[in-house]
Amino acid sequence: MATKSGFLKISVAKKVAMALSGFFLMFFLLQHCTINMLSVISPDTFNETSHFMGTNALVQYLLQPVLIFGVVFHLLMGMVLEQKNRSSRTINYAYSKPAASSSWMSRNMIITGIMVMLFLGLHFYDFWLPEVKTKFIDGNMTGMLADGSGFRYYEELTHKFVDPIRVVIYVVAFVFLSLHLMHGFQSSFQSVGIRKNTWTPLIQKLSMIYAVVIPAAFVFIAIYHHLAHH
Amino acid sequence: MSTLDSKIPEGPIADKWTNHKNHIDVVNPANKRLIDVIVVGSGLAGASASASLAEMGYNVKTFCFQDSPRRAHSIAAQGGINAAKNYQNDGDSTFRLFYDTVKGGDYRSREANVYRLAEVSASIIDQCVAQGVPFAREYGGLLDNRSFGGVLVSRTFYAKGQTGQQLLLGAYSAMSRQINKGKVTMYNRHEMQDLVLVDGKARGIIARNLVTGELERHSAHAVVLATGGYGNVFYLSTNAMGSNVTAAWRAHRRGAYFANPCYTQIHPTCIPRSGDYQSKLTLMSESLRNDGRIWVPKHHKDVEAIRSGKLKPTDLKEDDRDYYLERRYPAFGNLVPRDVASRAAKERCDAGFGVNKTGEAVYLDFSAAIMRYGSEKAHTSHIQNPSNDQIRELGEKVIEGKYGNLFQMYEKITDDNPYKTPMMIYPAVHYTMGGLWVDYNLMTTIPGCYAAGEANFSDHGANRLGASALMQGLADGYFVLPYTIGDFLASDIRTGKISTDSKEFEEAEKDVKSRLESLINNKGSKSVDHFHKRLGKVMWDKAGMARDTKGLQEAMAEIKEIREEFYKDVFVPGSVDEFNPELEKATRVADFLELGELFAKDALDRNESCGGHFREESQTEEGEAKRDDVNFAFVSAWEWTGNPSESVLHKEDLKFENIELKQRSYK
Amino acid sequence: MNLTLKIWRQKNPSTKGEMKTYPVSDISEDMSFLEMMDVLNEELITKGEEPVAFDHDCREGICGSCSMYINGEPHGPDRGVATCQLHMRKFKDGDTIHIEPWRANAFPVLKDLVVDRSSFDRIIQAGGYVSVNTSGNSQDANSIPIPKENADLAFDAATCIGCGACVAACKNASAMLFVSAKVSQLSLLPQGRVEAKDRVLSMIDQMDDEGFGNCTNTGACAIECPKEISLDNIARMNREFLSASISK
Repeated sequence: MATKSGFLKISVAKKVAMALSGFFLMFFLLQHCTINMLSVISPDTFNETSHFMGTNALVQYLLQPVLIFGVVFHLLMGMVLEQKNRSSRTINYAYSKPAASSSWMSRNMIITGIMVMLFLGLHFYDFWLPEVKTKFIDGNMTGMLADGSGFRYYEELTHKFVDPIRVVIYVVAFVFLSLHLMHGFQSSFQSVGIRKNTWTPLIQKLSMIYAVVIPAAFVFIAIYHHLAHH
Repeated sequence: MSTLDSKIPEGPIADKWTNHKNHIDVVNPANKRLIDVIVVGSGLAGASASASLAEMGYNVKTFCFQDSPRRAHSIAAQGGINAAKNYQNDGDSTFRLFYDTVKGGDYRSREANVYRLAEVSASIIDQCVAQGVPFAREYGGLLDNRSFGGVLVSRTFYAKGQTGQQLLLGAYSAMSRQINKGKVTMYNRHEMQDLVLVDGKARGIIARNLVTGELERHSAHAVVLATGGYGNVFYLSTNAMGSNVTAAWRAHRRGAYFANPCYTQIHPTCIPRSGDYQSKLTLMSESLRNDGRIWVPKHHKDVEAIRSGKLKPTDLKEDDRDYYLERRYPAFGNLVPRDVASRAAKERCDAGFGVNKTGEAVYLDFSAAIMRYGSEKAHTSHIQNPSNDQIRELGEKVIEGKYGNLFQMYEKITDDNPYKTPMMIYPAVHYTMGGLWVDYNLMTTIPGCYAAGEANFSDHGANRLGASALMQGLADGYFVLPYTIGDFLASDIRTGKISTDSKEFEEAEKDVKSRLESLINNKGSKSVDHFHKRLGKVMWDKAGMARDTKGLQEAMAEIKEIREEFYKDVFVPGSVDEFNPELEKATRVADFLELGELFAKDALDRNESCGGHFREESQTEEGEAKRDDVNFAFVSAWEWTGNPSESVLHKEDLKFENIELKQRSYK
Repeated sequence: MNLTLKIWRQKNPSTKGEMKTYPVSDISEDMSFLEMMDVLNEELITKGEEPVAFDHDCREGICGSCSMYINGEPHGPDRGVATCQLHMRKFKDGDTIHIEPWRANAFPVLKDLVVDRSSFDRIIQAGGYVSVNTSGNSQDANSIPIPKENADLAFDAATCIGCGACVAACKNASAMLFVSAKVSQLSLLPQGRVEAKDRVLSMIDQMDDEGFGNCTNTGACAIECPKEISLDNIARMNREFLSASISK
């Protein structure tokens, strides 16, 4: 009896969609983090994996568009929800104490989310655009350095972290990502209805671990390369 | 003085209701669509009647003064609802429930009505479960029961301490379903101001839209008043702040007789008053008497020490405590009926044994039950040699499961932890057995005007047993009124819509308008509450738990004085045509000021003690209530003649054919 | 104790309101919050001023009428209570107390602290019931055993008093806790399962139409709820919604 034309017009459906795209992004983040970690452990493996990811047709022509769609969808839906939520209370309280009953993170997903998105702009500029240029404009699909001495991925990565300002921007962005995940991880489970006395404490713990460990790993990688190649 | 025809059907008591249903007039389904019914009030009786009438096909208009029908005061009923289901296999039956209710009411109720109530009680539980009311269950998945005062079986169904809430929400949802279908039109924040009679029949009401202040005319072929009781005539009671007598009183002034106004239930277990600012009293469910033991100290010196804070009640030795209910009524102990328990508390407090600063409180102690449940629990959990603290902790958990919300409520109000120290309780006005006189069909003396639930007088005699109010409200609304109203409406199938342009509606509206305007234009110096509090004090002091000739005569004179002063000196701010809560209060208190006097007059007239009505002049040597069946085995139904003191008495003789009249004994 | 009250005053739905300051003195700590408001109103009436309008009825925390946003929280700083059960011992002498009506577009202000919550009624009317008629001979109450655990969970959800504190507390003015409590109660019982799918879809539909915001799982509703209705119910409604959407 869904009388609305279009599933996504229903409030709860929007939340479910938000959660599902969130799950997808969190999975991607985990994968991204793992590959980047290789750059610290073994530059060679890192290069090989990056080359595979950068040239495999499935990854490039299926997963990558899906990812971009996921990011854009998550952002736009977040904005739609925020707009609707703000317009549900046009006259606000003169005196309000929201901290008494909810966390800062849960109330400010739009702020942390937009900060992460701004960072993504920089991140695309840093890595994705050069990648597109090399592969599709210059037509160089070899993944090799210009002098042919080996894969270019590790070199490019470490090169970016020489600039301390960029490192600082990356670190700050990951703090926002962490705050976003602290609420987002567990919230996604709630939105799709996964909650039970026996699981919820575990999900909350996992949420904390994920929200701290993943961004911390990224921060570590950035600082490591900055220090190692300065 | 005339004799009233209660229209009790012929035949043996067990067949009366079935016979009656078989023989009364019925409106066919197609014709029901042509008939409008107004229901005033959305509590258990009102909501269930609205839902049932609409399901049958009538067009229903329902009114409530609250912002939503779900807020009616039935919601606050705590303990449970009785039904003769005999699920506990303790020998319960329709007859036993009937007998208990008649006896509990001190033989002042109408046998046929009570039997019908007992008969339909089982259907109520079936109906509510089908609606999704979450009654308490046992581990086997079947319904659980508990015991209430005045009975020796376990027949009370409950949902923790919120049974009224759950039942009301059940009725509210049934009504919501009909609102969704367009069969019930709901008028929230509307208050009935007058009943409109056309050709001697109730044909509509004048209602005030409380948001805009507008007066509205609503017509129908019959009007059902399900507007609850009038306990707020005492100012302080367990009723909601808005509970009032106005709808019933306006019907009374238009010709409906008012029956037994003096029958008031004073509930024994309420949280005592803490100061003059107090606006209402909070009930602690009777179910607590299943496990709580009531006591005061045996010796005055301990009372003094407790009041001054030198002695804690928990430190008082068993031998120094007086479990006065167990002492006086060994058979029923702490589970004597409410009137008996209340008077016993008053007796102890009057004798100087009250345990709080005001001297008006007794203890309700759970420590024995906590230890008993604790040892049981330790036993079933296979804990070897548990320590006292362990037992106490386990026991507190069990008690929390049973009464958690009540204990929390108590702690929030008093700042005392009832798990650790006994509760303090005192009687308070709770329920009014009196109300509009109705016949077996629940019709008042105005044709087409019905009264259901607490608003009528019919089933509880002079004292209501615990968990019977919910039963009666739902019985009237779901199972009685929807059938009996057909008997009257059958003659209306060709009447057509009732016009609201008639002179009767016009005059009634004009009346209401001038009444409201005179209150606003009075510009006196005292608030409405000022008068209400004074009325309440007179009622409590002189027409409360114990009444005598002198006090009642004084009460009548004093109430009249307060009423006259009210009309001279009341100040109602704001205007008529706006949201004006003070004006609402003023109209209600104005009616209480008339009812109060009739109440005292009725109490004075009934020179016997029965149930909640205790006349000092009529008691046994042991101080128990003494009925006078020779002179007072009747219902007093009062007819309005323009002044409460000059109301005319009509009697309905009570005949007991199935139960022998005896002095009640709970010893 | 002596207090300074800052109270929202608004004559009617169409006028603009404002916060006004009122001092009150000699307040006993045993008073309930509403009794303190009575004292203020009595004073205002004596001075010939308009008293502050507020919804209240049972004054024992069950009817759900009272609805004050006190010092930045619905029903004030205490937990598990409605405004009428909040006692003055939670405040200190000299405190300033801010009192506002619930704020949500779906709860328009009628006067002062009184709001219109009929949107809640309409949500229930959209499907918050089991469609059985009153027959008097429905099947015996004990013919369907219900596991105690489910009966208890259904009861916990059913204790909602419909006061709207969840909406008032939510930064998005979302009514999810209220709606999910009714959906949960009925979906946990076999009687309610029959029309569970239609119910959850129509109730959510109505909720959206009334203009409530979306749930962002901040959890404020459950913490401020006077009946401590759990977030589990929202999760359960999300599940019910998903399964209904997939299978319908």
